[in-house]
Amino acid sequence: MTVPLIEFNQVFKRFGDNAVLKGVDLSIYQGQVTAIIGKSGIGKSVLLKHIIGLLEPDRGEIRFQGQAINAMPAAARRTVKMKFSYMFQGTALFDSMTVYENVALPLKEKGRVSFRDIQRRVRDKLAQLDLAGIEDKYPSQLSGGMKKRVAMARALVTDPEIVLFDEPTTGLDPIRKNAAHAMIAQYQKTFGFTGVMVSHEIPDVFYICQRIAMLDQGRIIFQGSPAEIQNSTEPVIQQFIRGQDPEAINAAPSER
Amino acid sequence: MAQSYTITHMLAGLGRMAISPVQELGRVAIFFFRGVIHLFSFPIQADKIIDQVYFIGTKSVFVICLTGAFTGMVLGLQGYYTLVKFGSEGLLGAAVALSLIREMGPVLAAIMVVARAGSAMAAEIGIMRISEQIDALETMDINPIRFLFSPRLGAALISFPFLTAIFDVVGIIGGYVTGSLLLGINSGLYFSRVESSVLMADINGGFAKSFCFAAIVVTVCCFQGYTTHLRKEGFGAKGVSLSTTSAVVFSCVTILVADYVLTSFLL
Ligand SMILES: Nc1ncnc2c1ncn2[C@@H]1O[C@H](COP(=O)(O)OP(=O)(O)O)[C@@H](O)[C@H]1O
Ligand SMILES: [Mg+2]
Repeated sequence: MTVPLIEFNQVFKRFGDNAVLKGVDLSIYQGQVTAIIGKSGIGKSVLLKHIIGLLEPDRGEIRFQGQAINAMPAAARRTVKMKFSYMFQGTALFDSMTVYENVALPLKEKGRVSFRDIQRRVRDKLAQLDLAGIEDKYPSQLSGGMKKRVAMARALVTDPEIVLFDEPTTGLDPIRKNAAHAMIAQYQKTFGFTGVMVSHEIPDVFYICQRIAMLDQGRIIFQGSPAEIQNSTEPVIQQFIRGQDPEAINAAPSER
Repeated sequence: MAQSYTITHMLAGLGRMAISPVQELGRVAIFFFRGVIHLFSFPIQADKIIDQVYFIGTKSVFVICLTGAFTGMVLGLQGYYTLVKFGSEGLLGAAVALSLIREMGPVLAAIMVVARAGSAMAAEIGIMRISEQIDALETMDINPIRFLFSPRLGAALISFPFLTAIFDVVGIIGGYVTGSLLLGINSGLYFSRVESSVLMADINGGFAKSFCFAAIVVTVCCFQGYTTHLRKEGFGAKGVSLSTTSAVVFSCVTILVADYVLTSFLL
């Protein structure tokens, strides 16, 4: 098999006495969208933050194209980091800047894009996400779903090679959700970017992602294609993708 | 056994109490130097510096004039009644001008800016920290220290000397109002004493102080906001409020301590 673009090798992370990641092994391949699924509070966001270096592992290493990121010299690390873009679960929009300024910031600060180009790219991106006309509003004046889409526009405006989405569609209405999924799928066709998406949208993720990884109890308990996960006989996985609570199932017959 | 455990426990606690402020001081110093380096790293963020000069400097002018005027007026009153006992009320101009230019101007101007702009900086950066906006900057490969701290540092270094100068001038006029207009010292005498007693060295000393205070205020306030997430004693909005409070307290204390140290060198 080809070398994974990003590879987790026995990654451990704890906060105080709360061990969140307990030996994560995960491979993410170039040109694929990988979905990370798992229960709330299990550590999906923590996992995603390790990829871009917002959190450092206590033990274990994360490799980029076969090279350990934490062993790289600062300059190489920065080059790697520049290929990434991150969409936060809580949007992390700059609340004292307008929507336009938020989306334009990653382009503006690089200083290599002309004013006219910035304007065109920002407007294009906002239009694609059905956000035209709110350029001058502030994040606090928007609904939750609109903020999500602004955050997505900000993550995609630089045309990054690798995008990490943390629950990009949670809180969107079904129409907007489908549009966002279609956009991610279409993006991948045109740019061939690599995506990692934390998502609760089952079964939608099975259609737009080429790879699914499931995090449970600090480990990746499954990684493989959507077909494989749907055919898996592992009870934990089946229960999760069907949305069944194991305790409730066991309790149900005795109730009747 | 239990006793020796208690003793080592106490000693360890004592050690921590001694080490942690030193570590903190080290962190502040590194923060400061990174800010200074990024002040000059290309491309210079002139637009952000100008925005901050407006916020820190221009918007403080009114408050500086107000406090400067009353400080000068009170110095005029107190100075007059003290000097008149020795029959040397003619020296009032010198007393008011020297105490303003050497001490009161730089110190009080700095403290007023802490109250007006310093607390705002700590709160703003603190909120950006807890709402992951600083993390967002990092993911965009924008250096948060360069983006948030350096422009404020540059702007403070530009604004503080001007604010101090305004404070001094308004204060001297305030002293004239009470000393001369109210209590009747000859106005020519007041200003000629100001002119003859103030040396260039006094003015340079005052400006040197205001530069130092600028660096102290912005570094302390931005650092407090920037490290809001590391607070153990309060999270979220509580953390921001603690950061803002300690930014103001630490800045004011450090200004007064640094003032003593600088004065002892300058005199
Ligand atoms: N910065 C942090 N400090 C302490 N604990 C954290 C921090 N970030 C996440 N955690 C903890 O890690 C666990 C996983 O959180 P998270 O990754 O956000 O879950 P989710 O899978 O829903 O995204 C939670 O128990 C959370 O309390
Ligand atoms: Mg999460």
